[in-house]
Amino acid sequence: MTFEAIRVTLEEPIATIQIHRPKVLNALDRQTMDEIVAALERFESDDAVRVVILTGDERAFAAGADIHEFRGAGPVRMLLEYRFQQWARIRTFPKPLVAAVSGYCLGGGCELAMACDIILAAENARFGQPEVNLGLMPGAGGTQRLVRAVGKHRAMELILTGRPIPAQQAYEWGLVNRVVPTEMLMDEARALAREIAAKPPIAVRCAKEAIQMALEAPLSVGLEYERKLFYLLFATEDKEEGIEAFLAKRPPVFRGR
Amino acid sequence: MDAFETILLETRDGVRTITLNRPEVLNAFNDRMLIELRQALREAERDEAVRCVVLTGAGRAFSSGQDLRARTEPFSFAAHLRAHYNPLILQVRSMEKPVLAAVNGVAAGAGCSLALACDLRIASTQAQFIEVFSRVGLVPDSGSTYFLARLVGIGKALELCLLAEPVGAEEALRLGLVNWVAPPEELMGRTMEIATRLAQGPTRAYGLTKRAFLHTLQADLASTLEYEAMLQEIAGRTEDHREGLAAFFEKRAPRFTGR
Repeated sequence: MTFEAIRVTLEEPIATIQIHRPKVLNALDRQTMDEIVAALERFESDDAVRVVILTGDERAFAAGADIHEFRGAGPVRMLLEYRFQQWARIRTFPKPLVAAVSGYCLGGGCELAMACDIILAAENARFGQPEVNLGLMPGAGGTQRLVRAVGKHRAMELILTGRPIPAQQAYEWGLVNRVVPTEMLMDEARALAREIAAKPPIAVRCAKEAIQMALEAPLSVGLEYERKLFYLLFATEDKEEGIEAFLAKRPPVFRGR
Repeated sequence: MDAFETILLETRDGVRTITLNRPEVLNAFNDRMLIELRQALREAERDEAVRCVVLTGAGRAFSSGQDLRARTEPFSFAAHLRAHYNPLILQVRSMEKPVLAAVNGVAAGAGCSLALACDLRIASTQAQFIEVFSRVGLVPDSGSTYFLARLVGIGKALELCLLAEPVGAEEALRLGLVNWVAPPEELMGRTMEIATRLAQGPTRAYGLTKRAFLHTLQADLASTLEYEAMLQEIAGRTEDHREGLAAFFEKRAPRFTGR
């Protein structure tokens, strides 16, 4: 599959998906979402890929959904398009997904960033859910993920006013991991991705799954799930290697087994 | 936007001079002037040929602050500050080029704030800084409390704001409110000397230096060290750094281009 709306680069073990629709500030139309998911599916089965970076360009990560697709659309059409099905594929992507956000990160763009595991923000980034200004509301996870990220009251303010917040505030509210100078965004994202990629991939994958379960299940179920995955890691060669290397005071060599 | 009515622009040797030009009211700010000033700063920011900005006033004053006659009813102080002054002050502070205030006369109220928001200040011996707000029962705005607390310390800052007495050029120099003082007839010559020198400097590194100070005013040491490391990475990739290094080894003066 050749991509039009995204650019994909692979520098093993890091894959980067760059949303590339600069004329529309990387608005997410259906094709863009299809391509992002197609790229993720390719990386999911590629063992050489350990971490995926999702980014836009300096002006915009993604300024929102492509409004033109909503014009004149009725509920039946929206339902039959299954447009949110792809979003579930992002949620179940098993490898770490790092969002590197510069510029506008609004509406569907903000929801897409929140669907990632880690968010790095450039100093010029702006986050918001402005759907209410169009007589709409977030439809791809905004109301659910924002509450979990920043708490009910801040989520209410962001979604009910539609007013975006700058990167520093997003950091103070706990929406993003870090704010870095705009010019350094991709360097920092790659450094972080490489750091994670050097860890044993099965442990990373299980840890990600367990953390995601924390958002889904009650504590007792989550703890049980965590314990099962913890036991599972005792079946890996990487666990033996990690412990041997630690005791021998040498760097570990993980093989993903 | 139509041609500027309330400010004058001049560009020479990479220096854009913006002159507040309502001398009949001591360059008091009305909405038009505030809008034009922000537009002029935006243009200076975008224009790569501009590598240093000078702010000064026409006539006797730098600026006497908000034009109290220009207030439209019903008036909200907060809304007016948010719409005009706050973005202006942030714009000056975040501009990634040196901004120099040539304070030719009185700088009162928001006019004083604007001068303090600039990176460097050169004052005429006729200059006066007055935190005039309390005389009319108001509080310092447009960043005056922020800048004063940091430039002169909170004790002196409170004195200047509560008593609202004028601070002359020599005292301003002693307090650290200004960097240099010059006789009126030499003010613009001396200003242009400094500004031209800055305009021939490593503009990117200057911009990043400003950013580092903005950051550290709200950060701890660990975070500042981390931020400096990232900014150095950016500066280290500029043409100006390569040029500076080459000039150093070749024992010649560097020719910085601002890239």
